[in-house]
Amino acid sequence: MSERFIMLVDDEVPFVETMTKRLEKRNLTVITAYEGQEALEKLERHRNLDVVILDVKMPGMDGIEVLKAIKKKNFLTEVIMLTGHGTMESAMEGMRLGAYDYLMKPCDIEQLLAKIEEATNRKRDSEEEKRGMPR
Amino acid sequence: MLNALLLRLKKGMPTDKHYKALMKSMLLIGVVVPLIPMVLVSGIILYQSQASYEKEIQTRFEEIVQQGTKSIDHFLKERLADINILADTCSFEQLREESFLQEILRKLRTQYGPAFSDLEVIDDEGLRVAYAGPVKSANARHPGSGWYQEVMNTGHVISDVTSGSDDPPHLIMALRKNWMGKDWVLRTAIDGGALNTLSEEIGNGNNGSAFIINREGQYQAGPLYGINSGKDILMDFLGIKEGQKKGTAFFQRTNGAGNKHIYATTFLKEGDWILVYRQRASEVFSGLRKTKTTALVVILIVGLLVGTNTLSLSKKMVARIQQADKEKQKQNEQMFQTGKLASIGELAAGIAHEINNPVAIMVEEAGWLDDLLEEEEFQETVNLEEFKRALMQIQTQGKRCKEITHKLLNFARRTDFKVQSFELKDMIRNIIVILEKKAKYSDIVIHTDIQKDLPELTLPETELQQVLFNLINNALDAMEEKGGTLFITARLIEDHIVIQVSDNGPGIPKEDLPRIFDPFFTTKPIGKGTGLGLSICYGIVKKMSGEIDVRSMVNEGTTFTIKIPFKEEGKSKRDDSLEI
Repeated sequence: MSERFIMLVDDEVPFVETMTKRLEKRNLTVITAYEGQEALEKLERHRNLDVVILDVKMPGMDGIEVLKAIKKKNFLTEVIMLTGHGTMESAMEGMRLGAYDYLMKPCDIEQLLAKIEEATNRKRDSEEEKRGMPR
Repeated sequence: MLNALLLRLKKGMPTDKHYKALMKSMLLIGVVVPLIPMVLVSGIILYQSQASYEKEIQTRFEEIVQQGTKSIDHFLKERLADINILADTCSFEQLREESFLQEILRKLRTQYGPAFSDLEVIDDEGLRVAYAGPVKSANARHPGSGWYQEVMNTGHVISDVTSGSDDPPHLIMALRKNWMGKDWVLRTAIDGGALNTLSEEIGNGNNGSAFIINREGQYQAGPLYGINSGKDILMDFLGIKEGQKKGTAFFQRTNGAGNKHIYATTFLKEGDWILVYRQRASEVFSGLRKTKTTALVVILIVGLLVGTNTLSLSKKMVARIQQADKEKQKQNEQMFQTGKLASIGELAAGIAHEINNPVAIMVEEAGWLDDLLEEEEFQETVNLEEFKRALMQIQTQGKRCKEITHKLLNFARRTDFKVQSFELKDMIRNIIVILEKKAKYSDIVIHTDIQKDLPELTLPETELQQVLFNLINNALDAMEEKGGTLFITARLIEDHIVIQVSDNGPGIPKEDLPRIFDPFFTTKPIGKGTGLGLSICYGIVKKMSGEIDVRSMVNEGTTFTIKIPFKEEGKSKRDDSLEI
């Protein structure tokens, strides 16, 4: 499996820290953001991000707004919505807005890895597709 | 707080006493209001009818006595005129011949019947000159007789009716005449029977009785002839004033025997006699009494009809009001229940999210520790397996928390129910198969009574199954200790599927009944029930536009009834997704 470059966005610091360590242990390159705005800024700087794992409920700019901003900028980066289930409708809305999938907290690491893998493959397919398109 | 409001709402419900008072008021108003004007109008009409009837009676009575007076006076005057003509047309010389007088009497009796009893010619000394008639007493003398003196004074006389020991009742008529410068008198006795006949004709012709009394109170004719009731009694009873000789009177009197009579009186024979006509009041007023009785019967019948009708109407109206109150109460309770569910749902959604985040951190931390234990340096650790087991347990319990919050959220969130066609009896059978071991262990017998021709249902199958499972499972739990019998019935009644789950377990205390559909309310031991089962059932049934109801008696058992709208033609909607 080639290197996966992901960003974990959640306002729950311990969750982000631990999840980052677990994903890195599984050879993923992980950057983190704790707010929506921060996530968008980092995305601007790291256009090669494969997947953004985005918590729906965050103070300030929430996950849905971040997703809309990402899709508006035509980034190929795929988004997996993460929800505490209390905002499942929001997660579903995220799907309608173009998120690749959604997961409910607490999630199984293997399940998350599988979704990251699928999302990365789709993102890379999109890149290939884009590259093959005549200007 | 909501329960307190619900209790207050129930306390505010009208009681049986209130409905009884309401019915009494309606009955009173319904009967009194129409009857008062009816009784008033009837009373006025009856009063006026009575006054008019009495006036009519008075007129009739006055006519009777006036007519009677006229006829008797006419009779007397005619007889007097007869002997006057006789005295004028025949000479004294002729009349003093008894054979001639006999012949004249015979002719008179031939013409006028037996009214003329005799004829007598008397000289100015009061001595008999000639006589024709049945009593032949020689040398009859009359100078001391009242009538003789009167005829000598006034020229003519009509006496009262008298009778001697040998004589039948009669009255004397006499005329004074003059022949050759000397007065002489022609006298005749008129049979009292003629007067009787006349008074009888007056009475019988009018269904009453008539009699003639002189001013001394002596009966002159009529059924009481010969009796002298006395002047004072006459005056008091008939109200005749001393010296009164004219006028007609109409009055009512009750005699000594207690009989009430209507009287009319008038004077005849120039005020010497009084003609009395009387009739029993009960006969006179029989027509009025009939009218009164008819009116009373009509009022009673109408009153009875109005009363019966009002009673029936009041009963129906009060029953409807009671029903409407009950429905309103039920709606209020449902509104409260729905409100409670909505509030709890919102709370649950918030709590779930707040719990899931820390649980997610715990699970991830445990996962991270598990990751670390995979590293080589920890592989030789003595308690490695124990660490792994503990971490696994943390993750397992984390997942359990997730399931609980999932249930909470299922309870709270909107759900798309998948409508499918299924056989209800199969569904119930499947649930029983799952729960029959539990029932057997608790010594519970399960009976089912499912309508044989029940059509295939097209409803949200999974949700209905969840409802039935919860209800049946709860019933088994209730009878767990002492065993019992569980009845499950299902019927299609007027476009509704009605399913009942009954047990004969310990029942639910009355004070708990209003709360059993509240989220988190449970009577099960701690850790055995979440208190969400019946709330979820309630929510599901409501989302199906149905009703769920519970009836319970302590020590007798509990019956849950669910009623869900269903139409057979709904089969066409098979497998449609219904958003509720």
